[in-house]
Amino acid sequence: MFTELTGVIVTFLLTLLIAFPLGRYIARVYRGDRTLLDFMGPLERFIFRICGIDPTKKMSWKEFLKAMLTINLLWFIYAFVLFLFQGKLPMNPDGNPSMSPDLTFNTAISFLVNCNLQDYSGETGATYLTQLFVITFLQFVSAATGIACLVALLNGLKEKTTQNLGNFWMIFTKTITRILLPICVVIAVLLAFHGTPTSYDGKDTVITMQGDTVQVSRGPAAGMIAIKHLGTNGGGWFGANSAHPLENPDYFTNILEMVAQLLIPIAMIFALGFYINRKKFAYVTFAVMTIGMLCLLIPTMITEIHGNPAIARMGIAQPMGAMEGKEVRFGPAASAFWSIVTTIISTGSVNSMHDSSMALSGLMQLLGMMVNAFYGGCGVGILNYYIYVIIAVFIAGLMVGRTPEFMGHKVEAREVKIAALVTLLSAFLIKGFTALACYVLVYHGNAPWAVKPSAWLNNPRYHGFSEMLYQFTSTNANNGSGFEGLADNNVFWNVTGGIVMILGRYLPIIGPIAIAGLLANKKYIPESSGTLKADSLTFGIMVFVVIIIVTALSYFPPLALGPIAEYFSLKA
Amino acid sequence: MKKYILPGLKLSAVFIVLCSGIYPLLIAAVGKLTPGGGKGETVSVNGKVVGYANIGQKFTEDKYFWSRPSAAAYNAAASGGSNKAPSNPDYLKDVQTHIDSFLAHNPGVKKEDIPAELVTYSGSGLDPDLSPAGAKIQVARIAAVRHLDRDKLNALVDRYTQGPLLGILGPSKVNVLKLNIALDELSHGGR
Repeated sequence: MFTELTGVIVTFLLTLLIAFPLGRYIARVYRGDRTLLDFMGPLERFIFRICGIDPTKKMSWKEFLKAMLTINLLWFIYAFVLFLFQGKLPMNPDGNPSMSPDLTFNTAISFLVNCNLQDYSGETGATYLTQLFVITFLQFVSAATGIACLVALLNGLKEKTTQNLGNFWMIFTKTITRILLPICVVIAVLLAFHGTPTSYDGKDTVITMQGDTVQVSRGPAAGMIAIKHLGTNGGGWFGANSAHPLENPDYFTNILEMVAQLLIPIAMIFALGFYINRKKFAYVTFAVMTIGMLCLLIPTMITEIHGNPAIARMGIAQPMGAMEGKEVRFGPAASAFWSIVTTIISTGSVNSMHDSSMALSGLMQLLGMMVNAFYGGCGVGILNYYIYVIIAVFIAGLMVGRTPEFMGHKVEAREVKIAALVTLLSAFLIKGFTALACYVLVYHGNAPWAVKPSAWLNNPRYHGFSEMLYQFTSTNANNGSGFEGLADNNVFWNVTGGIVMILGRYLPIIGPIAIAGLLANKKYIPESSGTLKADSLTFGIMVFVVIIIVTALSYFPPLALGPIAEYFSLKA
Repeated sequence: MKKYILPGLKLSAVFIVLCSGIYPLLIAAVGKLTPGGGKGETVSVNGKVVGYANIGQKFTEDKYFWSRPSAAAYNAAASGGSNKAPSNPDYLKDVQTHIDSFLAHNPGVKKEDIPAELVTYSGSGLDPDLSPAGAKIQVARIAAVRHLDRDKLNALVDRYTQGPLLGILGPSKVNVLKLNIALDELSHGGR
C-alpha cells in the first residue's frame, strides 16, 4: 500500500517539476522571445508563406472567433466524410466497416471538440486511416484551438486597452510546432520502448498455452496515445483505453501518461502568470484549483483503497482495495488518482472502468466534470475558470455596492450576462437531456433503435440513472469518459450527445473571448484603494466559494438521485 | 468568410501531413529499434509464439496459475470491463460464482484469504498480471496436480514477482504467462 501512495505523490510532484519551467517556456513562445526551439522558425515561416497567412496581422475578438470557427467547420466536414467511408478507404488491414451516419455524426463532433467520447470501440470501429488521419489530427488541432483561445483571452488581459487579441493562425501554428508536437515525440518514443506498438501491421493470430486461438489487435498507437494525453483529448486507440495493456503497459507508462495529461493544464496557469505579468494571480489560481482537486481526490482514494463493502461482506480479502474494473499493475490508488485527474481535466481517458468505481468515487468524478475548471482541459480549463471569476467579481461588487473592476476594466451588465448564460447552459444541458433520456427510457422503452431504450442500462436502480447522468455530464464537459456500461451506440445517444458536445464546446469558448474582447476595449482604470484585488488570497477564496455554490445549486438534485442514493444503499 | 476559408484549408492540409503523416512514420521508425520491433513483444516456447508478453490470456486449467476473470473472454481483438456497479445484485451473484468455483478447485483455501482480483473482472479484460498473493494462493492446488514441492513453487512465484518501479512506486505484480511458462519448464526439467 505504501508504494502505491508514493507512486501517486511522486507522479504529482514530478508534474509540477516539469510544468513550472514549461509554463515559463510557453509564455516566451507566445511573447515571441528567443527559445530553445527557434529552429522551428523557418518551418513556421514556410507554413505561413504557402498558406498565404500574414502572422503579424491583428485580429479583433470577432475576427479571431471567425477564423477559429471557420477552420473548425472545415475539420468537421473532413472528419465526417472519412468516418462515413472508412471501410472502403485504404489503411484498413483489419477490414473494419464504415460508421453508420449517426455514429459518424457523434464521432466527428467528439474529436473535433476535444471531447473524445467514443461510442465505437477502437479495435473494430475505426481503421488505421481514421485513427491517424482523422483522430490523431483532430487531437492535435483541437488542443491547439483551445490553447489559442486562451492566449486570445490573455492578450486581452495583458494590454491596458486594445482591439487586438492576436492572430489565430499564428498562435495555433506555434502551439503545435513549438509545444505539442515536440513533447509528443518524446512521450511516444518512451511509450514505444515500454511496449506500445508503433508499426502499421494489422491483427496477429496466436495459439495460447491452453490451445485457444486468439487474435491480437495492434497498430501505430504510440503517437496517438501521446497526443491523446498531452492534448487532454482522451480517446483511446483500443476500446479499453489506457486500461489496455498495450496502450498503458506498465507503471512507468502510467506515470508518463498521468504527467502528460496534467502537464499543459498546469503549465498554462504558470504561463498565464508570466505572460500577463501577474504571477501572484497565477499562484492563487493554482492554489484554488489544487485544493479543489484534493477535495475530490482524497475521498475517492480512501473509498477505493477501502474496497467494496458488498464484497467485504462476502468474506473476500481486499488487500489492495476495490479491484473490479481495475488492473493489477496500477492498483486502486493510482486508478483512483487517474479517475479524478481525467475528470477534472477534460481528458476522459481511463485506466480503470469508472462504471465499476465505488459510489462515492462516481460522485467525485461527476463533480469534477460539472466544475470542469480545476486545471481543466488544454486552454479551456482556464477559460471556464475565468467565467467563475467574472461571476465572483460580480457578486463581490454587489457585496460592497459598487461597479466591480477586473484587472483594470469595469465589469458591467453585458459581461455578467454572458458569464451567467455560460454557467446556466451547462446545468440546462446536463439536466435537460438526462431528463429527456429518462422520459424516453420509461415511456418509449421499445423504440426500434439499434439498442432499445429498455436495454440501455447495464446496471439497475440508482446506478442506472447515474449512467445516463454521467453520459451528458461528460459530453457537456467535453470530457469523453463514460460509465461505459451504457449502450450508447444508437441514434438517440449519438445524436443528443453530438448536440450537447457542440454546445458545450463552443459557447464556453465564445463567451469568455467575447468578455475579454469587450473588456479590453474599455478605458483602463488604474488601481486605487477601492480596486478589487484579483490576485489576493481573499478573492481566491471568493472564487472557490462561488464554484461550490454554483455547482451545488445546479447539480445537487440529480446527484442525490444517482451516486448519493447508491452510496447510502451500499452502506445499509 | 472567404478570407478565412482559404488559409484554413491550406493550414489544415499542412497539419494533416505533419501530424498524421510524418509524425507517426517517425515514431514507427524509432519503434523498429524497440524489443518487439514496434509490433508488440511476443513470448515463445521452443521457438513457437505462445502469446504477447503484455497481453493476458485465459488460464483455467488446474495445472496452471489462473489469470483473472475477463469480461472480454481474453479476446485481444476486443477489450473492456464488465462495467458492473458495486451495488448491482446480479453482479454480486457473479462474484459469488467466482468464489465458489475457486474454492471448489482449491480445497483447503480459506475464503478470507482469496485476494479480490481473482474474483473480479479487470478493466481491460486482458490483465496480464496477478498480485503475488493472487499467485501464491494457487500454489497448493498446483503442487498437488503436478506433484511438485510447494516451497519450490513459492520460490518460483517470488522469482517472477516484479517489485514496485524503482522499489518505491506502485504495486508488485506477477506476469501470469511468464510464470506459467516457467512452471512448465520446472515440471519438465525439475523432476
